[in-house]
Amino acid sequence: MADKVLDAKGLNCPLPILKAKKALKDVPDGGTLEVLATDPGSVADFQAFARSTGNELVEHSENGGVYRFLLRKPG
Amino acid sequence: MPDASNAINPHSMTIIVTKGSLDWAYPPFILGTTAAAMGHDVTMFFTFYGLPLLLKKLDLKVTPLGNAAMKMPMMGGHMVMPNLVAAVPGVDAMASKMMKNMIKKKGVASIEELRELAVEADIRMIGCQMTMDLFEYSKDDMIDGIEIGGAATYIEVAGKSHINLFI
Repeated sequence: MADKVLDAKGLNCPLPILKAKKALKDVPDGGTLEVLATDPGSVADFQAFARSTGNELVEHSENGGVYRFLLRKPG
Repeated sequence: MPDASNAINPHSMTIIVTKGSLDWAYPPFILGTTAAAMGHDVTMFFTFYGLPLLLKKLDLKVTPLGNAAMKMPMMGGHMVMPNLVAAVPGVDAMASKMMKNMIKKKGVASIEELRELAVEADIRMIGCQMTMDLFEYSKDDMIDGIEIGGAATYIEVAGKSHINLFI
């Protein structure tokens, strides 16, 4: 169970990333944020976001057009 | 030799914003807010037709006139409006309304929303003094939290920034 869940379904670039950045502020160090999105561009973008910011993309998956990303904040 | 204070910050970006129509307002605000979210120090310099993007009340428009690449989705296809039609009074307003409806329907942020996020993300926004004089704007017309400056103000920060864009 993630420490926080962000529902970014229906939002387009760059809103899922911007809202994830904001939501990470409420996640404790070492904690996780789960993001749900429907923007297909978010797949590449969350990987790039994770590589650039030090937040680890623990897993990502797709189910019925909904993308799920699990980010871990550095400890 | 540049001293340490002139060293380039690898996580920094500047954007010169020169266009203020509804379509052209997107790239600078999308890239600026995203760079800020990815940990960059971001500076946006608003000059010429980009300056009105700092006005308190935004009323952005897009024109199909002379824009051969503006293909609007229509009845399952895409349509380019002929210039002769695009020049008719009221067509710009109609096209702007259509574009805003599409933006809303597709979950794309409004420029007002992106600008608000830019302010929240502490993006440094500089209005060009010369443009303000030229087009007769005052700082009171602009949103709070912006700075006013000129070319030297921009060059100083661009010289220390890793990514510098002109849009």
